[in-house]
This record gives sequence, structure tokens and C-alpha cells, in this order.
Amino acid sequence: MTDSSGPLLAVDGTPLKRKLAQSMFRSRARAFGLALPLLAFIIVVFVYPILDFLRQSVYDARFATLMPATSEVMADWDGSTAPTEEMAVALVADLVVAKKEKTIGKVATRVNRELSGTRSLFTKTARSAKKMKPPFMEALIEKDRDWADIETWQAMKTASRVYTPAYIAAALDRKMLADGSIVRQSEERRIHVQLFAKTLEISFLVTIFCLILGYPIAFLMASLPLRTSNLLLILVLLPFWTSLLVRTTAWIAMLQAQGVMNDLFVVFGLATDEDRFSLIYNKTGTLIAMTHILLPFMILPLFSVMKTIPPSYVRAAKSMGATDWTAFWRVYFPQSVPGIGAGALLVFILAIGYYITPALVGGQDGQMVSNIIDFHMRKSLNWNLAAALGLVMLVFVMFLFWVYDRVVGIDNMKLG
Amino acid sequence: MKKTTLLLAGTSLALGATSAFAGSHTGSITAVSWGGAYTVSQVEAYHKPWTAATGNTVVSEDYSGGIAEVKAQVEAGNVTWDIIDVEKSDAVRGCDEGLFMEIDPTSLPNGSDGSSAVEDFIPGSFTDCAVANIVWSTIFAYDSSVTPKGPASIADFFNPAAFPGKRGLRKSPKANLEMALAADGVASADIYDVLATEEGVDRAFAKLDTIKDIVVWWEAGAQPPQLLADGEVAMTTAYNGRIFNAVAGEGKSFEIVWDAQVLDVDMWAIIKGAPNAELAMDFLKFSTATEQLAAQASYIAYGPARKSSAPYVTTYHSNADLEMGPQMPTAAANLATAIPNDFEFWADNADELNERFNAWLIN
Repeated sequence: MTDSSGPLLAVDGTPLKRKLAQSMFRSRARAFGLALPLLAFIIVVFVYPILDFLRQSVYDARFATLMPATSEVMADWDGSTAPTEEMAVALVADLVVAKKEKTIGKVATRVNRELSGTRSLFTKTARSAKKMKPPFMEALIEKDRDWADIETWQAMKTASRVYTPAYIAAALDRKMLADGSIVRQSEERRIHVQLFAKTLEISFLVTIFCLILGYPIAFLMASLPLRTSNLLLILVLLPFWTSLLVRTTAWIAMLQAQGVMNDLFVVFGLATDEDRFSLIYNKTGTLIAMTHILLPFMILPLFSVMKTIPPSYVRAAKSMGATDWTAFWRVYFPQSVPGIGAGALLVFILAIGYYITPALVGGQDGQMVSNIIDFHMRKSLNWNLAAALGLVMLVFVMFLFWVYDRVVGIDNMKLG
Repeated sequence: MKKTTLLLAGTSLALGATSAFAGSHTGSITAVSWGGAYTVSQVEAYHKPWTAATGNTVVSEDYSGGIAEVKAQVEAGNVTWDIIDVEKSDAVRGCDEGLFMEIDPTSLPNGSDGSSAVEDFIPGSFTDCAVANIVWSTIFAYDSSVTPKGPASIADFFNPAAFPGKRGLRKSPKANLEMALAADGVASADIYDVLATEEGVDRAFAKLDTIKDIVVWWEAGAQPPQLLADGEVAMTTAYNGRIFNAVAGEGKSFEIVWDAQVLDVDMWAIIKGAPNAELAMDFLKFSTATEQLAAQASYIAYGPARKSSAPYVTTYHSNADLEMGPQMPTAAANLATAIPNDFEFWADNADELNERFNAWLIN
């Protein structure tokens, strides 16, 4: 007999509520414990290295560690008054040490990024720094006229900052001056913002094309009987088993000026032999190849969602007098929206980060942000700028994701 | 139970046997180069003879230039590459960044004519951390079966009216800016002086603007001959050895125009912290000796960096009628308007000019 005047008790006397909470906690802890190794692995192998690398977008201690005395003296300098003898003394002392430790190259490269041409200035001066006698400022200027130029010292001041917004500013087409202010880059140096806009444009267009091409295919696959639909599914999955690089280079053979598509156009009279369509090494090539490669990522979520839509609703709508189009648009389509949401998000995120395809078929106008990040990683070795570009990209994509959540809703997304 | 013990015994026996052999004295180095026909020439002329002479093996890897991978390895403390073939500007850059080991030129063997290494190598063959092996150049080429009356000078490359068709250019300001100025009338000796000024750079970009819309940009050395073969471009800049190999090895009818060729050297550099640094140094000394440098010249049209190798340069390895001497960038007939690449200029200005070039490409 339960005691209706007090809280419910379990068999061992503890209140039922607390017992329930305890057992729920235990089962959640068990679930978390099972996932813990994977979480630890991902944090160590994925999250931590990425965060460590992104730190380079705001942190660059090379100049400050390799030229400590100079950096310390520079900290008090305002960047606009004439450089003092104290600064020259510190500089020469540091140069002597840097030459001996063979770190002068790193210092020179760092300052060269702020002011072109200072690399050889530093290496040349360092070679004779040991023999210099006070007054050092005059000795420096005698070695090379550029030391009298305040820009050289300003470049060093900017380089000596350990935590600096300069790279993120550069990623947004801005420049940080010696006094700390941020101004827009000159007209012909503005590339990044434009590139971000173009990347978004290309990703957006690829998503739309994938949707237009993928929806009918998924619809067909979902409505056909099982055997045919399985065959179609295999045909959609087949490209996944071919290397991405092979597929992209196949497009080169198809779309090039003397390629298959243009030959067909000439045969059918749509183009003349001398004036063939330019379908590759430009934005068109990028769009075509990326749509082809990302299509399965749109078709599969759509297919799996459409498979769960009961056909009886459409039949019911038709039995109540709806036309084919109304039945589709007002009954079938709204139920497939979660699939569209999933497919579009997947394709869009993949397209934004795409690198290989624009690199091979993009020419000069199908370039995306990933290509310039690659350039800074592999060719110019400016890893700080690459990290800054990556950070800006990450922040922007997360912002878009938040917008998507507000507009469409994460819950309104199914993968089947 | 019996089966398991038998299996275990068999496995441990096999492992024991292989480890006994593995403990032998043959070493191995990883040599990194540019791939394609160039790596083939190195394998035939350096790797195989060295393996035959010392018993050590050479693992050959490809890369497409730039020292980012080297930087990543050295900074991570996990160096897997031993010796790498780099462009001169990368050799200087890498040395500056502390990525390469210093090499003393006096430790290299003498030339076969008795001259010391320092005298034997052509000027500009030594930097603090690298030794030159070949002289190559960036030229431009066309297909004579498609354009029988082909271009004769660099000005023709920038003249789409007289010579219609697309152009191929390397996706980098290097060599392109020099060629643009040469086409605009600047003498070879003055190119870098002009390029050092703001107006000079503007002038070079203005000249490039005249063909900007018809350019196909290439990055890998194997692309230009492919673009010519596909008929995608009417003319393209290329590394001279790649075009030569398409002609000699694959029977293509490409013609090289040597006007305003941009000469450069490729160098061997040993990575700091390499696992087999001593063996790599031995390989470097072997492969930059007189005979080896002359031997590579019979596989690809790159000039040896040693003067003493010149008399040993013979014919193409598979075609005894094809003399290699005239095919070299350094042959007297080809050298008239050559522009030797100024690595100091590029080491200083690469960052800024690359930025300007990228902006120009995108706008």
C-alpha cells in the first residue's frame, strides 16, 4: 500500500525521484564513457592542431624572440618621431647575435613581409654588424642609406608585435600601420574580400545546380520499385568509387577547346571550328566539374528522406481533386524540405572548402579562397596569413550556419 | 592448439629471418625531385650509378616546388626527406629559414680535368646551403605542325594579332615579368634594373595585360607539353627540358624559341635534421661529379653546372643521331639574349610581386 501523504519511495527507502535521477545519470555517464575515447581522439588529433594552427593568425613571436633588445626598445617608440641612437645600439647588438646563431634569415624574411626589400638590407648589415663602432646610427646609415628611412624602423616596429591583428587585417584587405591604425589596402592590392565573395557565389550556384539536377533523380529513385531503384542507387554511388582527381581530369578532356563537347558542338553546328566555346580554365569549368562531383551528396539525403514520405498523402490529395502539380507542390514538396535542407547544407559546406577542382579547371576566374590559402601555405610560406584566411572563413561559415539555423532550423533537417 | 603453435613458430621464424637481413650495412636515402622526365634523368644518371657503386638505395619522391613541405617537416621535428632538388631562389630562402644544412664547396671532389670544385662550377653555383647540378631555362615553344610559320622572338609571343591562339604561362610572376619586359624592348642586361622600379613593374604588367584574356595558366612542368599536344594553346612558356623530351622521346614536332630565355640553376640541398644526412652528402658529392653531370645531359636537355662536363656531353640516350650539345640552354647559339635569373632580386621582392600578381590575376 502506497503512503499517499509523503513522496514516493523506492524499494530501498530512497525517494523515487532521486533514484530515477541517479539511474538516468548512470546511464548517461555510461553513454558518455563509451564515446569518451573517440572524443579524446578527435580533440587531440583534430581540434587541438587546428586551434594551434589558427593561433598563428594572431600570434607571431619570431621577431620578438630573435631580436629581443630591439623589440624592447621599440615598444616605447611611437613610430613617428625620428629613430634614436638607443634603438640603433639595440639593433646592432641583436644583429650580431642573430648572425652568430644563424637566425638572421628568419628575421629578415619577417621584416621583408612588412616592407619589401628589407631582406637583403638585414642580411647585408648583419654580415658587418660585428665590426660596427658607435655612434651606431651613423654606422648603420653609412652601411646602407635605407637605415635613415623611418619606414624601415616602422616595419621593424610592426614586426615586433607578438599579438598582432595585422594578418587578419590583411585577410580582409586592410593594412596595419606602425602606429597601430588599420587602413584599407590600395586598390590594386585588394584581393581577399573579392575572393570570399566569389567563393560564396560559386558555392551557392553549385548548391542550386545540384538541387535542380538532383531533386528529379532522387524523386525517380524514391518512386520506382525496389529493384530498379537499387540499380539507380548503385549508378549514383559509382562515382564515389572513382578517384576525385581522375574525375576532374576527365572533365579536362571533355571540356577543353579540342575536346569531346566542343567537337559535338561543331558537328551539330552550334559553334564554328575556329570559335569554339571556352568551357574550361574559367568559372564555367569550375561550376560544371564541381556540380558533377557534389551531386551524389545532394541526391543521397534527398533520396533517403523521400523514401520515408508515404505515397498515400499524394493519392489522398489527388482523390480530393488536386491537380498533379498542386499535389506535388503542396503535399509532397513540403515533406521533402528536411532532405533539401540536409543536402543543401552538405553541398554548400563542401563546396566552400573545395580546392582540387578549382585548382585544376578553374583557370584564373574560377579560383576560390582555398587556392589562395594553398598558395600561402606552399609557395609564399606565409603561414600566418593562411591561418588568418582560414580563421575568417571559419567564422563566416559558422555565421552562415547560425543564419541557417534561424531561418530553416537545425531540427528541420533529416538524413533519412 | 597444435595448429596455433605451428603458426606462431612459423611467423617468428619468418620475422627472425627478415630481421637478420635487415640488419645489414646497406643504407637508403630519400631524394626528392620534380617528377616526370627530369626525375627519370636523375634516376638514370645519379641514382642507379650510385646504388651500383655503394650498394645504398635511393628512394625517389616527387614534389612540385616550394619549400613548404620542408618547412613543415623541420618544424615538426619529423624529417623524412634527405636531399632535395630546389630552384635557386628556394635554396636561398630555405637556407635563410634554417631549413637546409650548410655545405662547404671545398669539400666537393675536383673536376675530371683536375680543377678544384670552386673553379670548375660555373659562377653562381654555390649558395650557403646548396650546390648547383643543372642549368635550365624557361623558354617558349609552339607546335610547328600547327603553326608552320612560327614565332621567332619574344615579341611574337605577346602579339596575338599576328599569331592568334591561346598562350600558356606559368602561374607565377617569375620569368613572366622578365619576358614581358624583354618583349617590350628592354635589353637582357637591363631587365632587373628596370624591374626594380615601380614604373618597370607597371610596364611589365601592362605588357602582360595585352594577352591576359587568352592565357591558360600552368603550374606543373608536365602541363605545357600537354597543352601544346592537346592543341589547347598556340604557344606556351615551359621548362626547356620538358619540351625537349616531348620532341625526342615522344616524337612531337614542337619548336623552342630561345629568345629571352630566363636561365636558372637547380641545386641539391640537404635538409637539416635529415635521417641519413651523411649518406645524402655522399650522394651529393657523387652526383655533382663531372661524369654524372654529363650523363644526365643525355636524358634531358639541361646543361651540367660544371665546365669540365662539357666535353663528355654526347648524344641522346636512345637516339645516337641527336647531339645534346646544341639542345642546351647554354649552347652558344641559344645564349644570345638569355636573361640569367637574379635570385637576390626575387628573394627580396617575391612576396610583394606575388601579391601584386595574384591581385592582377583576380581582377
